[in-house]
Amino acid sequence: MSSVNLEVLLQTLISGVLLGGLYALIALGMTIIMGVMKIINLAHGELMMVGMYIAFVLFSWLHIDPYLSVFIAAPALFVLGVGLQKFLINPVMKVDAILPENQVILTVGIGMVLANLATIIFQSDYRQTPVSYATKAWYLTDLWKGAPLELSLSFPWSVSFTIAVLITACLWFFLAKTDTGKSIRATAQDLDAALLMGVNVERMRVITFGLGSALVGAAGCLFIPIYYIYPDIGGQFTLISFVITILGGLGSTVGAILGGLILGLFESLTATYIGMGWAPVGRFMIFVAVLIFIPGGVASLLRSRKFGK
Amino acid sequence: MKRYITYIVLGLLALLPLLGLNSYLMHILILVIMWSVIGMAWNLLSGYCGQVSFGHAAFFGVGAYTAGMLYSKLGISGWWGFPASVFVVAVFALGIGYICLRLRGPYFALATLSMGVIFRIVAENLVGVTGGDLGIMIRERTWIDKTWYFYIILIVAAATYYLVRKVIESKLGYYFVAIREDQDAAESLGINTTKYKTIALILSAVITGFAGVFYTNYMGYIDPKVVFALHDISIITIMVVMVGGVATYWGPVVGAIIMVLLAEAIRSIPKLGTAHHTLFGVLLIVIIIFLPNGIVGDFSKLKRLFGMRRPAP
Amino acid sequence: MSLLEVKKVSRFFGGITAVKDVSFEITKGEILGLIGPNGAGKTTVFNVVNGFYPPSRGEVFFKGERISGLKPHQICQRGLARTFQVVKPLQRMSVLDNVVASAFLRAKDRKEADTIAADVLNFTALYDDRNVISKGLPLGKRKRLEIARALATQPDLLLLDESFAGLNPSELDESIQIIRNIKKRGITIMIIEHHMKVIMSISDRIVVLNYGEKIAEGSPLEIGKNPLVVEAYLGEAQSA
Ligand SMILES: Nc1ncnc2c1ncn2[C@@H]1O[C@H](COP(=O)(O)OP(=O)(O)O)[C@@H](O)[C@H]1O
Ligand SMILES: [Mg+2]
Repeated sequence: MSSVNLEVLLQTLISGVLLGGLYALIALGMTIIMGVMKIINLAHGELMMVGMYIAFVLFSWLHIDPYLSVFIAAPALFVLGVGLQKFLINPVMKVDAILPENQVILTVGIGMVLANLATIIFQSDYRQTPVSYATKAWYLTDLWKGAPLELSLSFPWSVSFTIAVLITACLWFFLAKTDTGKSIRATAQDLDAALLMGVNVERMRVITFGLGSALVGAAGCLFIPIYYIYPDIGGQFTLISFVITILGGLGSTVGAILGGLILGLFESLTATYIGMGWAPVGRFMIFVAVLIFIPGGVASLLRSRKFGK
Repeated sequence: MKRYITYIVLGLLALLPLLGLNSYLMHILILVIMWSVIGMAWNLLSGYCGQVSFGHAAFFGVGAYTAGMLYSKLGISGWWGFPASVFVVAVFALGIGYICLRLRGPYFALATLSMGVIFRIVAENLVGVTGGDLGIMIRERTWIDKTWYFYIILIVAAATYYLVRKVIESKLGYYFVAIREDQDAAESLGINTTKYKTIALILSAVITGFAGVFYTNYMGYIDPKVVFALHDISIITIMVVMVGGVATYWGPVVGAIIMVLLAEAIRSIPKLGTAHHTLFGVLLIVIIIFLPNGIVGDFSKLKRLFGMRRPAP
Repeated sequence: MSLLEVKKVSRFFGGITAVKDVSFEITKGEILGLIGPNGAGKTTVFNVVNGFYPPSRGEVFFKGERISGLKPHQICQRGLARTFQVVKPLQRMSVLDNVVASAFLRAKDRKEADTIAADVLNFTALYDDRNVISKGLPLGKRKRLEIARALATQPDLLLLDESFAGLNPSELDESIQIIRNIKKRGITIMIIEHHMKVIMSISDRIVVLNYGEKIAEGSPLEIGKNPLVVEAYLGEAQSA
């Protein structure tokens, strides 16, 4: 392999990991909602879109850096999520309907409204946030003069990735160590047992939906410096998070992180070696392959190792 | 009276063109009937058999492209799409069923949604086969006048209605509903759930494909964004049935009337035009919360609401 | 010849051993009782026999054919039907339609399915409720509907999972009579039941499970005197 080829490969892998970390954060939000509520939130990407526009507006009007907007967008999305769960989703979980998928269809309706409102407010133009550091990068040859290869690490991508990792760590801490976090996990694992243990399941659902929305809202802010926005961007990210959750194993948080990384790497590789337009096809090829060959996702592989079966 | 209502409705519809309706009204009628067909097809798989599909655009699009490519590649009439699509759509449906039917409930729903998107992306990228984003244009239209198109889609709709009724009243229908109500119970009562879900999927797909074939011939132009559309085909299909009535014979028809008229009304008011997804979304939310089984399914609830009947004792 | 042979069957769930090395046979025409404390693995035995879960180890033979590994619907087609402990009626269908749906397994047309269904509903004393939507049925009748549905598939072997639990005394008598009548029709029965008096009076033979293992097998008289069985049940009574 020539050194140029190697460079391209390494560069592709780096981008893949960075993208994967962000994907993981998006998918985590969907995964915890899926785990606790047993529903798929098809408005997930639209919630991310809302987070992105919050960061965009704050930047354009008040010149607030998108990374700082995380502290505004995440709480705002938390409140939005809580409201959606309390006033729309919860009532629907109680009505008796022929199709239990009503809840999923409901989230489609919510997504349509959000995307359309964004179109009305912001028009359907593609917009970017011209942060000063957009093209800043670190180069390997700057750090190591005699390096045999030249690799670069984009500044905004690295910052976004790092913040995503930090948020993921906080989420892990919250779920593992706090009482509320433990109750959420108990609800996800076994609803009846959680009820018996006196967990306020309804409250956990509301918190979880808020939390999932806050996570994806934060992810939206992290995407702002490195991506562009338009009102219909959400659908694409809903699908990405769904593909990752299938890939990771439904409802498994570790699976979602691994799934995010795998998808990020895979898309990066398809984009480099096959062509940009085919990246979405690659995404779905993974999806189909997982459904056929490892229906339980990556999480099931991990589990079967552990128990030796 | 009730027994003859189908024939009466059909007879009245068949006489409609004699009134000399203008071209726009005929167009609306044709759209209503076409959406009724798609709704009835979706209802078979999702309403009766309980396998909620978010990807019916895949079947609509494959039907539409079968007709379009017969014309663009073989140079024969797009109407040959009707017989050809039976095989083409059934084969695609088998493939989709093989992949998606191993998932249950909402996961099946999302898997089908992804399939719809995959089909669109593939159709956009396989330029050599489909013509890509440019789409396919049928230059020689069969008729200028809309009357014959009306009768063709009316025949498709009548046949679909008849088929759905026959299926639902037979063993197949019992099995579909049993699978919807409890898949484990159905399986242990000797029902090969995979087989019957696949049958429901293929029936539903082929009928939806017919609507696609008709669409190509009627509109004379298709491209991947239109016929494989997530919102404007797959989601509207769901809405047609949700609004009209899940697992009812007439629900899809009622839903199609409401949705097509609503879409046209919104389009005719320029201010509202851009907000049409918001209005649809709100309608969807309202229906799910207040009439989860649709207008036909929750008709007794509606009547009570409007004081037409005292509450049952 | 034995109708059903369960050979050294084990079933694990993750780290849990629900059933361990269980073997037994059922002879044509008998009623075999399966008892054991809660969580002993009785329902899991049914789930393995009926094909819901493949056994982790061991094999199951029905009418001499190996059925372990087949799907539930294939096993049902071979003449083995079951009921569920947690009833699973087809909620939005009427009682009649529930039974008709199962009757289609053997019926060649709607008319024949209706005939089978009517017969089964009469037999299980549900005919008067045939037009009730099964969601609205009281528990006792829902349990009987489970039996009716299973019977409509015209099985040779019927597995009943706690069909008497939660019944009032008069319903209990009625159900016991139904079980006896099923036996008279030549259908072999395996029944899980907690009610000791009932199981002792209707079973020809009894198998006892505890912590997933078979600890005893024999006639009701023998089982009643077996110290291991008495201990298993006393143990449960004390911990409860
Ligand atoms: N699907 C399952 N997944 C995990 N554990 C199970 C499953 N089914 C049964 N078990 C476990 O197997 C054991 C036996 O359960 P079961 O067969 O239902 O007992 P019984 O019917 O005798 O009360 C229990 O510990 C139960 O928790
Ligand atoms: Mg049990």
